[in-house]
Amino acid sequence: MDTATHQTQAGTPVPPPRPSAAGQKRAARGATHLGDRIFLGLSRGSGVLLLLIMAAIAVFLTYRASLAIGRDHGNFLTTFEWNTNQDPPVFGIAVLAYGTVVSSVIAMVLAVPVAVAIALFLTHYAPRRLSGPIAYVIDLLAAVPSIVYGLWGALILVPHMNGLFGWLDDHLGWTGIFSWEGGAPRSMLTVGILLAIMILPIVTNVSREVFRQVPRMHEEAALALGATRWEVIRMAVLPFGRSGVISASMLGLGRALGETMAVATVLSPTFDIKASLLDPGGGTFAQNIAGKFSEATEFGRDALIASGLVLFVITLLVNGAARMIIARRKEYSGAAA
Amino acid sequence: MAKRIDVSGLTAYYGSHKAIEDISMTIEPRSVTAFIGPSGCGKSTFLRTLNRMHEVTPGGRVEGKVLLDSEDLYGAGVDPVAVRREVGMVFQRPNPFPTMSIFDNVAAGLRLNGRYKKSELADIVEKSLRGANLWNEVKDRLHKPGAGLSGGQQQRLCIARAIAVEPKVLLMDEPCSALDPISTLAIEDLIGQLKQRFTIVIVTHNMQQAARVSDRTAFFNLAAVGKPGRLIEIDDTERIFSNPSVQATEDYISGRFG
Repeated sequence: MDTATHQTQAGTPVPPPRPSAAGQKRAARGATHLGDRIFLGLSRGSGVLLLLIMAAIAVFLTYRASLAIGRDHGNFLTTFEWNTNQDPPVFGIAVLAYGTVVSSVIAMVLAVPVAVAIALFLTHYAPRRLSGPIAYVIDLLAAVPSIVYGLWGALILVPHMNGLFGWLDDHLGWTGIFSWEGGAPRSMLTVGILLAIMILPIVTNVSREVFRQVPRMHEEAALALGATRWEVIRMAVLPFGRSGVISASMLGLGRALGETMAVATVLSPTFDIKASLLDPGGGTFAQNIAGKFSEATEFGRDALIASGLVLFVITLLVNGAARMIIARRKEYSGAAA
Repeated sequence: MAKRIDVSGLTAYYGSHKAIEDISMTIEPRSVTAFIGPSGCGKSTFLRTLNRMHEVTPGGRVEGKVLLDSEDLYGAGVDPVAVRREVGMVFQRPNPFPTMSIFDNVAAGLRLNGRYKKSELADIVEKSLRGANLWNEVKDRLHKPGAGLSGGQQQRLCIARAIAVEPKVLLMDEPCSALDPISTLAIEDLIGQLKQRFTIVIVTHNMQQAARVSDRTAFFNLAAVGKPGRLIEIDDTERIFSNPSVQATEDYISGRFG
């Protein structure tokens, strides 16, 4: 910066002035870097602390889990039972892994398209008078505690599922996954629908932020080619927002995978895997831990912690996969422009 | 193919602010018309009224007539989307679609307009890139991202994208202001070639550029800051730069203000 001033002034007949006293003082303060050093220390410390916390969680989970898994007389990954009190103990996470993944996938399939549609409506279709209040209400939805969603699910959603379940059984029952024996609709599909409603606000909000940041010049490029509003969205908005929508979905998926109270309130848990999404039963990691923890023995708690470790690993894998999807098309990302 | 533009009594607003007032002019087909004038005089706003891009800005609206040959672009029932397919535009900053390859950028407008066979599409893309003097530089990397090109190449890619759909008119809003002198020269050469096929309107802050590339020049000015911009005069470029009929034009091009 100093050289730049110097050069412009060298072009004029006025002799270049010496660096001013203020400039020298600023340079001197830069040399001690006190503010810089404090900030560096704070930010580096926060970064290290984060890694330490992650490592501490991993070490704790792995240690306590290893105590339980070492004494497991079933196969920890494939056993369809959870008997930690009998001798020898037999327990495994197959049912929990299935239930957790299936309910979360249902939630994603239902919530992400709707969330993207709402975000597009708010950023590109709704008049500004309308989009503000709607965005505010969606923010409020994100703040509703999950036990409230759980109560609503159990008291309102479950009794109203019979019609939908009957219809699915009539028309899609032959597929097997939509057949229904007529039990209370406290099943994986109901849990998935409730989780979809719960993750809708966060996916919508993050997608909306991403769509708002699409550079005006990309949208104008499409408009000037004679694109309609929908074509502008397809050519300029969605490709630019793609990685952001994936990140938003992963945030939602993270919440769905770990959701506890809402699942525990709605599901009638059993320790088996139902072929149909409509028949009651099954379980998820978080719901199983919450349901059994308070009455578990020391060993039973270690076994539950082992299941928590698996959930932790699944979450890491999902996040890794999402990062790979984003990185694969990095040279085409909007950030390169 | 190229069409004449007849503007009469055109006034454009941003909300309640009147940006340009009562502009009338005729733009000849197969020629280059340059718009010059100080910043804020409404040249770009006026340019954007010629393909109905002005109304995309919140609060933007237009009064008056713009005839493309004999069809009023602002007539009742005229679809702005259809207008923009006839009147192409190149922007100040190169804006290729960052998520698309070079090939897909050029093909983007074609894919909007209808279905093409693969071979047809490839032919038109090649023809357009040749038309934009870019083919030789990119023919080996058509499927690499357009954002990886230099600024000057990106701008020529945008020109190729605009001419691929065979518009009747090509609007250019300071197309060289973000480019170095060599890239600028390449674009100016290109403009000279393109005017044989298209009606070209170019906004520029560079008066040498206006003198070099254009056949006709329009000078815009505004009475004071906050007042609407007006057309002062439009004439053959040679005359504007040697012997303009209005004193303000001469003051501006000789650098006495603005």
